[in-house]
Amino acid sequence: MAEHSTASSNEYQANLETFYYDNGIVKLFAMATVVWGIAAFLYGVYVAFAIFMPQLNFGSEFLTFGRIRPIHTNAAIFAFVGNGIFMGVYYSLQRLCKTRMFSDMLGKLHFWGWQLIIASAAITFHAGITTGKEYAELEWPIDILIAIVWIIFGLNMFMTILKRRERHLYVAIWFYIASWVTITVLHVVNSMELPYTWLHSYSVYAGVQDALVQWWYGHNAVAFFLTTPYLGLMYYFLPKAANRPVYSYKLSIIHFWSLLFIYIWAGPHHLLYTSLPDWAQSLGTVFSIMLIAPSWGGMLNGLLTLRGAWDKVREDPILKFMVVAVTAYGMATLEGPMLAVKSINALSHYTDWTIAHVHVGVLGWNGFLTFGVLYWLIPKLWNTKLYSKKLANAHFWIGTLGILTYVIPMYIAGVTQGLMWKQFTPEGVLQYPNFLETVTQILPMYMIRATGGTIYLVGACLMVYNLVKTAKQGSFVKNEKDQATPFPFQYIKETGERQHRWLERKPMAMLFVATIVIAIGGAVEIIPMILIKSNVPTIASVKPYTPLELYGRDMYIREGCYTCHSQMVRPFRSETERYREYSKVGEFVYDHPFQWGSKRTGPDLHREGGKYNNSWHYWHMNNPRDISPGSIMPAFPWLLTKEMDIQSVSAKIAAMMTLGVPYPVGYDKVAPQDLKTQAKLIATQLVAEGVTDVKESAEIIALIAYLQRLGTDIKAK
Amino acid sequence: MTVMLILIVISFTLAISFLAAFLWAVKNNQYEDTFTPSLRILMDNDKNNEENNDLRINQVN
Ligand code: HEC
Repeated sequence: MAEHSTASSNEYQANLETFYYDNGIVKLFAMATVVWGIAAFLYGVYVAFAIFMPQLNFGSEFLTFGRIRPIHTNAAIFAFVGNGIFMGVYYSLQRLCKTRMFSDMLGKLHFWGWQLIIASAAITFHAGITTGKEYAELEWPIDILIAIVWIIFGLNMFMTILKRRERHLYVAIWFYIASWVTITVLHVVNSMELPYTWLHSYSVYAGVQDALVQWWYGHNAVAFFLTTPYLGLMYYFLPKAANRPVYSYKLSIIHFWSLLFIYIWAGPHHLLYTSLPDWAQSLGTVFSIMLIAPSWGGMLNGLLTLRGAWDKVREDPILKFMVVAVTAYGMATLEGPMLAVKSINALSHYTDWTIAHVHVGVLGWNGFLTFGVLYWLIPKLWNTKLYSKKLANAHFWIGTLGILTYVIPMYIAGVTQGLMWKQFTPEGVLQYPNFLETVTQILPMYMIRATGGTIYLVGACLMVYNLVKTAKQGSFVKNEKDQATPFPFQYIKETGERQHRWLERKPMAMLFVATIVIAIGGAVEIIPMILIKSNVPTIASVKPYTPLELYGRDMYIREGCYTCHSQMVRPFRSETERYREYSKVGEFVYDHPFQWGSKRTGPDLHREGGKYNNSWHYWHMNNPRDISPGSIMPAFPWLLTKEMDIQSVSAKIAAMMTLGVPYPVGYDKVAPQDLKTQAKLIATQLVAEGVTDVKESAEIIALIAYLQRLGTDIKAK
Repeated sequence: MTVMLILIVISFTLAISFLAAFLWAVKNNQYEDTFTPSLRILMDNDKNNEENNDLRINQVN
């Protein structure tokens, strides 16, 4: 034994290599995390106020709720949490692999590419350029950019893992790898779209198929973007911050593998009671409930890491942030499966309950873990101590207060509204037939929520000040020295020669890129081909949209109406009473993309067609409060004056034809003419209803045409 | 509902590749020792952090 250890320690000495960690890239991502975090919170606070003060759009289309809300959600997920992931991965991966990142250049490309994506997202969303699929709203050129940058990140990560000096892959690395692989697949499959201009495209999937792909993506993006990479960070940074090993390493391995195998099957729980087949819905529920076990195992593992160190937690704001983050993870992963149970979902879906749920996740789990990591990391990178522990403690309490002030009113609002929607009088009619009543009831909750968000933002600003001061008092360590022995099987002794790398790196890198590119190429070829054939109409009376309606539908997407309105009447008596006939799968076969929505801030619109006359919509869109006093829907006055781009409809129709929508051959050529004819008809009706100054070519005409078409293909009983 | 077939095939492919990764990890003796890795990450060559050095003495013995 003694002999053995001498021998190996000699070898150890002989092979000891000195190398430097790249902290520069970590610093870049850390700064981006902070900057975009503040931006995401600011946009969040803005939408939180705008939802009950619609005049906050100042009459500008660029600042209207439907366009700002996607900026907020995308910024929180992809800009704040995204950069947070990269910050944590670039720091921890180097240390866990005992090597510098594979390539500084790839790291820089990854960084600037990602920031370019975020900047173009902000611009295009303000401009109303969107695919209309939640959390995947970016248009096709940006989708391609995302794929490229993501592959660069993957390449850099895998090559770093290959050249590691540590044989064992710490559990955090496994979380990173699984996240990367799954997100690649999700992004590619869900972003299948057919471009019809440089900035616009239609989803190749239609209706229920689109919905299924979208929520398979949506659910797994939560799983593999907001959860697993952050679990990797938790398993690295929590033990580091506490300076004690994770409670049970074995449990962390079980946590990882069981999450991985269960998560991908739970997606359909977003579509309970919709037109999705029953067995798929049940599958989603069962797997969602199974998820509780590994999730709670993980939470307990995190919390028990601090066993016997609670005195430290009381002192240390970093650990406090982490404890609340892990607890929030536990709460959100218990609540999620609960919401996937049909009877609870029937009440919670489309209400603010969902909003509360996701904010426990993002503000609590992602936000607080990021703050904890930043407070730990910035002093390390700048080789100093945190500027003010007191301020960090203040941030902790303010942030916690912010979360509570946010989520509690949202739970109350969600349950209140859900119950009001379903309430019947003893005579058997809806107690609150006027949807607006159920909205005004919860307005005070919206106001408190906006305050909660503001409090959380104030806390984050304290952090920025504290971190800037910390960096100022220290000096940045760009390259950090470390030493380690190389990983033995990277070397093969060859006769008489010096040692060679186990794997030549360049061919390996090329193999990696080639495999991914070929897989993506294959998917892009095959999936649309299979699908276009399968979009067969099942209800004979369901016809494709007219060019004018299609134009209006694209406006509906552009203005983000889906952020407040669903188009999916569920088969409950409370819904069929309110909205009439429930929605059938066959009604959506021409919907590229689907617009079922996920939140009812306003009423469902699937049976809107024919409910009111045209002038009602005309004045309602001009200013909802003129028609529905007390409404919180924003005004869209610009639609009354903005001219349609009539010729563009040819390309739209042509794209739809490529996707298999059965217009007659050559219809794209005559579509503009048909559009004008129908527009003229609606304009005449508007004049007859007493509207003066109607412009035949105004966009509002197209929107009215679309709204009047909604849900009219099948005759209500 | 062809898309369900596609999603199931893709999900299965993912699951199988995860399974392969799991088998690789086991075969590669990645999980032979399920304790020291958790300690090793704490032992960075980290001169700024004296606490770390204390830990090394306390726990490894
Ligand atoms: C901030 C959320 C919000 C956004 C965004 C929004 N709406 Fe509304 N909408 C409402 C609310 C709340 C109501 C109910 C009160 C009312 O009638 O104004 C409503 C009502 C409606 C109604 C009347 C429904 C009925 O049957 O009584 C229509 C039609 C409508 N919205 C269309 C749209 C269109 C089209 C857009 C996009 C251009 C849009 N809405 C964007 C919140 C919103």
